[in-house]
Amino acid sequence: MTKVKDATIPTIPLQARLSRWFGRNLIRIYAVFGFTYLFIPVAYTFAFSFNDSGKSNLIWKGFTLDNWQNPCGAPEICTALGNSIKIGLLATIFSTILGTMIAFAIGRYAFKGRSTSNLLIFLPMATPEIVLGASLLSLFLVFQINPGFWPTVIAHVVFCVSFVVVTVKARIASLDPRLEQAAMDLYANEFQTFRRVTLPLVAPGIAAAALLAFSLSFDDFIITNFNSGTLTTFPKFVYVSAARGIPAQANVIGSAMFFLALAIVITGQLISKKTKVSK
Amino acid sequence: MVDVSSATRGDLRLTRITKTYGDFTAVDDLSLTIPEGSFFALLGPSGCGKTTTLRMIAGLEEPTVGSIHLGTTDITTKRPYQRPINTVFQNYALFPHLTIFENIAFGLRRRGIKDVDADVNKVLDLVELPHLAQRKPTQLSGGQQQRIALARAIVNRPALLLLDEPLGALDLKLRRQMQIELKWIQREVGLTFVHVTHDQEEAMTMADTIAVMNEGGIEQMGSPADLYDNPKTAFVANFLGQSNLIKGRIEGTDGDNLVVDLFGQKISMPKSRSHAVDSSIYAGIRPEKFRISLVGTPTRGNVLTGGHIEEVSYIGVSTQYQVAMPWGQELMVFEQNDDGVPPFDKGDQVVISWEPNFTFALRGDEDVEAGTEVAPDDLDEDE
Repeated sequence: MTKVKDATIPTIPLQARLSRWFGRNLIRIYAVFGFTYLFIPVAYTFAFSFNDSGKSNLIWKGFTLDNWQNPCGAPEICTALGNSIKIGLLATIFSTILGTMIAFAIGRYAFKGRSTSNLLIFLPMATPEIVLGASLLSLFLVFQINPGFWPTVIAHVVFCVSFVVVTVKARIASLDPRLEQAAMDLYANEFQTFRRVTLPLVAPGIAAAALLAFSLSFDDFIITNFNSGTLTTFPKFVYVSAARGIPAQANVIGSAMFFLALAIVITGQLISKKTKVSK
Repeated sequence: MVDVSSATRGDLRLTRITKTYGDFTAVDDLSLTIPEGSFFALLGPSGCGKTTTLRMIAGLEEPTVGSIHLGTTDITTKRPYQRPINTVFQNYALFPHLTIFENIAFGLRRRGIKDVDADVNKVLDLVELPHLAQRKPTQLSGGQQQRIALARAIVNRPALLLLDEPLGALDLKLRRQMQIELKWIQREVGLTFVHVTHDQEEAMTMADTIAVMNEGGIEQMGSPADLYDNPKTAFVANFLGQSNLIKGRIEGTDGDNLVVDLFGQKISMPKSRSHAVDSSIYAGIRPEKFRISLVGTPTRGNVLTGGHIEEVSYIGVSTQYQVAMPWGQELMVFEQNDDGVPPFDKGDQVVISWEPNFTFALRGDEDVEAGTEVAPDDLDEDE
């Protein structure tokens, strides 16, 4: 056995070491830049929610908790928020139920016109919102329905359904049909099979679809602007007030929504991690 | 509610079942009786219709024609949940969102049984996995999932337990172990097991009765020993183990024996072991039934002369010889290595002999290659 002395181990030149370090860390550096780019607007919104702004929230004038303590301080803002939440919830409920049923029909059953329905369901997603909004308005007017709360809900259901169908369908496609056969084999009738096996397994997809539908509805401006008439929603409020300066309360609500969404996602992750530990 | 009482117990009878998918006939006019309490195997290569047959028994498919009776009850069109029949699925199909305990309790609860603890724990003990009750299926190994799938089915004490290639996903060693265990559990619980497999060794190890299926029908049915010892068709002769099939003619009779001419050499065999319809036959002899001896040494029984050793493969417990015969055929011979050293070398001039009683005769118009091209390991029958 020969022993190599320390001195004989060749040292790696600095340049090589540097390029090696870059090689190893490039992806991290890239990630830091990427996330910075994505989150600067969020951080900005959050920071300016603490701005002692007065009328216009464009220049930093000092730290205050007033906006957070009194989020409804700006006139009309909480009415608008309430409308958006109401519309969002109703649109979510209707589009999730309808979309889930469509997803099951398309995903599970062979029927005439299945592939056509599959294609048609994509169309509302592909249609420019401005076109969808304008044509919905003219449709309502033809039927002599005045723009307002319910037309807005209906309009939101129209574009949310497609997203629900696509999301739930993906989950159904990944469901092993043998699980349902096993349930039937174990004395569960069609309804019990759906309730005990199919639904629990598709539920995460339905929940994801509902969250997606709510957030799509909540921040929709274009279609809402056409169909809501004099009703003010939160995006409409922000848009209108942009002309004379957005109140810091808008930042408060925006930030709060962001953290709420974050909390829901993290909770969801934790639950699914707990239910399938080893996977 | 499902009646799992004595009224729906008894033999399972399939009567003239046919199942077609469009132009394709998966099962063709199949009739079969599975006696209560037996371990029954449906054996056949991929696409022979065995899984379709199983699914019709389970109620997951409906026969195009024919009827299925369990005891005296007609179950042909009953829904799966209306039959006292449970299945161990090929990929186990455990419910991923339920614990092992709830998976096993599933069938009991659907039948309206409130107090399931005792039954579930008993069956968990039977499969020796009581400590896994609160785990989720994905936390279990393949072998453990296999046992839970079995437990989930037998906890219901069905009149019939169907096993669809239940060991297909396990490695060889675990498969061997589970074969013995399944057989033991079947005796322990006393239920009728119907086992679908493409693995002839698995079927032979476990089943009391095997039905060999091919192209939608049953080729032959009987005990493992019957099928191996006296196959009726070339398909069975080749699919269960290996066979030497030699073209021949029946020349006459001699008491209870037939005199058969094999390329000019006369042999004899029992009449009762002939499945031929006319004088043209294939004489079949299993490779381990042959004896080899050097030319000039004494022989007994049937004798075929003029061969020489073409190939020798030593495989430990036995040695396999390929013996080239004068008519151009190579016969396969397995010799036990009782004395350790292979006593014959390549090129040796030898005589082949065997006991006449080991001979079977197949129809002369059979396809001698039938059943050989299907390697038992080329899975996978997923219909």
